[in-house]
Amino acid sequence: MKFIVVTVLIALLSFVACLYLPWWSIALVAFLVSLLIRQKPLASFAAGFIGLFLLWVIIATIINAKNDGVLAARVAEIFPLGGSGIMLIVITGVIGALVGGLAALSASYVRK
Amino acid sequence: MRIIPFSISAIVTLGLIWALSRPWGTVPALGSFISPQHGFWQNAEPAENEKEIVLNFPQLKDKVEVFFDDRMVPHVFAQNESDLFFVQGYIHARNRLWQMEFQTHAAAGRLSEILGAGEKNIILSFDRQMRRLGMVYAAKKAVIEMEKEPATKLACDAYAAGVNSFIDELTSASLPLEYKLLGYRPEKWTNLKTALFLKYMSLDLAGPENDFEYTNAKSIFTKEQLERLYPITQDSLDPIVSKGTVFDTPAIKTVVPATADSLYFQWKNTVAIWQQKPDRDNGSNNWAVAGSKTQSGKPILCNDPHLGLNMPSLWYEMQLSTPGYNAYGVSFPGAPCIIIGFNDSCAFGFTNAMRDVRDYYAIQFKNEKRDQYLFNGDWKNAEMVVDTYRVKSGAFFYDTVSYTLFGPVMYDASFTGLGEKRSDGKAYAVRWSAHDPSNELMIFYKLNHARNYNDYYDALQYLTCPGQNCLFATKSGDIAIWQQGNFPAKWRRQGDFIMPGTDSSYMWQGTIPRWQNPHEVNPARGFVSSANQLPTDTTYPYFLGGEHDLYRGKIINRYLSQMNGITAQDMQRLQTENYNLFAEITLPFLIKHLNEEKLTASEKEYLGLLKSWNFRNDPAEKAVAVFTSWYDSLEAAVWGDEYARVPQPASRPQEFTLIENLLRDSAFSFVDDINTPEKETLPELVTRAFKKMIPAIAQADKEGRLRWDKFKDSGIQHLLRLAPLSRFHLSTGGGAHVINATKKYHGPSWRMIVHLNDKTEAYGIYPGGQSGNPGSKYYDQFVDDWAAAKYYPLWVMKKEEAGDKRVMMRMRFEKN
Repeated sequence: MKFIVVTVLIALLSFVACLYLPWWSIALVAFLVSLLIRQKPLASFAAGFIGLFLLWVIIATIINAKNDGVLAARVAEIFPLGGSGIMLIVITGVIGALVGGLAALSASYVRK
Repeated sequence: MRIIPFSISAIVTLGLIWALSRPWGTVPALGSFISPQHGFWQNAEPAENEKEIVLNFPQLKDKVEVFFDDRMVPHVFAQNESDLFFVQGYIHARNRLWQMEFQTHAAAGRLSEILGAGEKNIILSFDRQMRRLGMVYAAKKAVIEMEKEPATKLACDAYAAGVNSFIDELTSASLPLEYKLLGYRPEKWTNLKTALFLKYMSLDLAGPENDFEYTNAKSIFTKEQLERLYPITQDSLDPIVSKGTVFDTPAIKTVVPATADSLYFQWKNTVAIWQQKPDRDNGSNNWAVAGSKTQSGKPILCNDPHLGLNMPSLWYEMQLSTPGYNAYGVSFPGAPCIIIGFNDSCAFGFTNAMRDVRDYYAIQFKNEKRDQYLFNGDWKNAEMVVDTYRVKSGAFFYDTVSYTLFGPVMYDASFTGLGEKRSDGKAYAVRWSAHDPSNELMIFYKLNHARNYNDYYDALQYLTCPGQNCLFATKSGDIAIWQQGNFPAKWRRQGDFIMPGTDSSYMWQGTIPRWQNPHEVNPARGFVSSANQLPTDTTYPYFLGGEHDLYRGKIINRYLSQMNGITAQDMQRLQTENYNLFAEITLPFLIKHLNEEKLTASEKEYLGLLKSWNFRNDPAEKAVAVFTSWYDSLEAAVWGDEYARVPQPASRPQEFTLIENLLRDSAFSFVDDINTPEKETLPELVTRAFKKMIPAIAQADKEGRLRWDKFKDSGIQHLLRLAPLSRFHLSTGGGAHVINATKKYHGPSWRMIVHLNDKTEAYGIYPGGQSGNPGSKYYDQFVDDWAAAKYYPLWVMKKEEAGDKRVMMRMRFEKN
C-alpha cells in the first residue's frame, strides 16, 4: 500500500512541478517524497522508477495519440530508432525513470 | 544516515542529471529535450486543431480577424495597415519563426553562433564570406532607406512588433523544435533582420557571375576561344523582348579604358579563390496572355519561381486585407507584404534577370597592413572594419576587412573563400549593386496596392537589386513585362573578368536609365513571357552580361504562340509541361553523328530507347537518363582535355554552348583531344561518349533506377539537412531546360496561375506546407500534390464568408 502511495505521489507531484520548473525537478520530487515516506532502498528506487516511467510514458502516449504519431516517427529517425514511436516513448519513460529512481534511492539512505 | 551508499547514489543521480543537461556532439541536452512536459513532445501538435483562439495585444489599434482555411492559409481582415502587418508578423512567427531567424543568421554571417565553426571551419568560412561580401553593410543601408519611407517604416515596425509579440509568449516548452535540437533561443526581431532577409534574396538572385572562373579561363584561352566558350548571345535565342523591337540610342555612352587590351583582355592573371555561389539553376518562368488569346477574353498571368527546395518552404501563403487593400499570394516569412500574387485589380510575378551586377577589382595594397591601396597613382586610405564572430564553442574570432571605394575587400591574404587554401597574397574588392541604398520592400508594398499599369510602373522604380523580370496583368486587359533593376552601363565584357582596381577608368560608368531597361507592354502577339533568357537580341544598345538560360523561354513562346482560347486549365498543363526542347534539338544531331556500327547489341538497345523517345521528361520515361548521360559524357570528352589546363576554380561552358557550337560547325576545334597526337572527329567523340556512359546506365537499369523520376530522385531538404525532417524520393518529371524545371533539390518553389476574370480565378501550390513545425500534419501537406503536378484553387475570401465550411480555425486579435 505504502509503495503504491509513494509511486503515485511521485508521479503526480512530478507532473505539477514540471508545469513550473525545469525537467530536473522530477529528481527533487522523487527525493523529497521518498524522504518523507520511508521505504527500503530497493522499494524506494522502484517507486521513483515506476512513478516517473508511468508519468512520462502516459503523457508521451497521450500526446503521440493526439498527434497521430507524426512527430514521434520523425524524431525516432533523428535518434535513430528506426522511426519507431513506441521505442521513443519507452526511452522517454526510461530516462525519466532512471532519474526518478536514483533520486528516490538517494533519499532512502538519508535517515537510518 | 548511511554515508557511503548515500554519497554514491547521490553522486550517480547528480551525475546523470548533469549528463542529461548538456549536449553531446550533435545530441541535444536529453533531459529537457525528452521531458514530455518540456521537450520535443510539446511540439507534437494535436491533429485536431483548435477552433477559436483569442489573443490580446496592446499594440493593436483595432480588432483583427483571421480565418484559417482547410490548407491552413490565413485570411487576415484588419481595419488598418499597422494592425495588418502586426498580425502578419505574428502569424509568420507562429508558423515559421525558426526558419526566419536561421535565414537571417545565415545572411548576417552568424551561423557559427548556433552551429559551431564546423568541420575544417566550413561554417565559419561561410559566415566570413557573407560578412566580407558586405551583407550586413548592405542591410544596414537598406534599413535607412526603408525607414525613410513612411509606408515601409510602418509596415516593418508593425511586422517586427508582431514577431516579437510571439517571441515574448514563448516558453522553453513552446519553442520550435529546431531550437530545442540546437539548444538556443530566439532573439528579438528587428527591421535589420527584415532587411537582411531581403538581402539574402538579393544574394540568391542577383545574377550569376563567374569573374574568377572566367579570369582563369582567360589565362589559357585566346580571345576567339573565349567568345565561343562564353558567348554573349546565342544563335537560337528567343529573347524576352520580341526580336525586331527597335531600341533608342543609349543615354549613356560607355568608354572602354585606354589600357583595356593590355591590362584587362590580354592580362594572363590567375585567381585562387573558392566561393560558395548561389545555385546556377536559380531561375523561373513567368508569362501572361492577353484577352485576345483566352477563352474568357481576360488576361491570365502565370509564374513559377525555381529555387532551392527546402523544408520549411521559403514561401508562406496568405490573404492580407484591409478596407483599402486585398492581396493574396505568397509571402516571405521574414518580411511584410505579399511577394508574388494578385489583388482585386491585377496580378504580379517575377523571374530572375540573370544580369551580372557583381564585379571584382584587384586591389594593390601598400603593405601587409592592408590599410592603404593604390588608386589613380595615389595611396588611398581604406576604412578598416573589425568583425567579431562568437562561435558556439564560446571562442571568439576577429576578422579585419578593408573597405575601399569599390566596396569591401572580400578576399585577401587572410581569406581565400571556402577552400581555406593558402593565399597567393592577392586582394579583391567587390562592387555589388546590392550595396547601393535601396528599398526593395516598397515595390511589393506598391504592387500589393496597384490598380493599373501606372501603379505598376511606379512600383518598379524602387527595384534596385536583384534585377527581375517583373510581370504584370490587369483585369482591364493590360499585360506587361519590364526587366527592372539597377543595371550598370558596361562596355562590352566589362566585369566578365577581374578588373584592375588601381585606376578609375575601370569603374562602373553609370546606371542604365530605368526607361531604357528592356520591356514589352501589350504586344501584338498577345503574350509576354520570360524564363531567364537574354532579355534582348544584340541590337539592344547596352552590354547585358551574366549567364542566361535558352530553351525554357523558347519552348514557352512556341506553345504560347500556338495556343488560342486559353483557359486556366490549359495554363496548368503548360506550367507543368515536361517537353524537352533541348533534347529535340540535340538528340537528332547526336544520333546523326553516332557510328552505330561500333555499338554492341546491348548498347544498341539503349540507342533504340532514344530513337523511340518522344522528347518528354515524364516520370516513367527511361530515355531521359540515357540522353542526359550521353550529353554529359560528350561534354566531358569535348571540354575535359582543354579545361584540365585551366587553373582552379574553373567553370565549364553552359550546357547549350556545346550544341550551339556544334550545330554551327561540326569541326569545332575543341572536339579534338589535345592529349593525343591524332585528330579526333565529331563521330569518334560522339560514339566514344555514348559507349562510355552505357555501363552506368545499364547498372541503373538493372537496379530499376533508370526511370527518370528514380534516376533524378527529387527531394526537399530540411534547412539543417536533417533527413528525417526532409522529404526524399518524390516521383516527378521535368528537369533542366524543361518548363517543369524540377531537378534533384531545385525546382518550381511556387506555381501560380491567375485568371483575371470578373471574379478572379486563381490556382497555386508550393512544395511544403503552411506549418514549419515537423510535429504538425500541415508541415508537408502539399508535397505529394505538388509532385503530382496538381493545383489548389486559391480562395479569395470575403469577410461575410466566415461561416464557410472551409474555415477550420478562427483567430481573433483584440486590443487590450
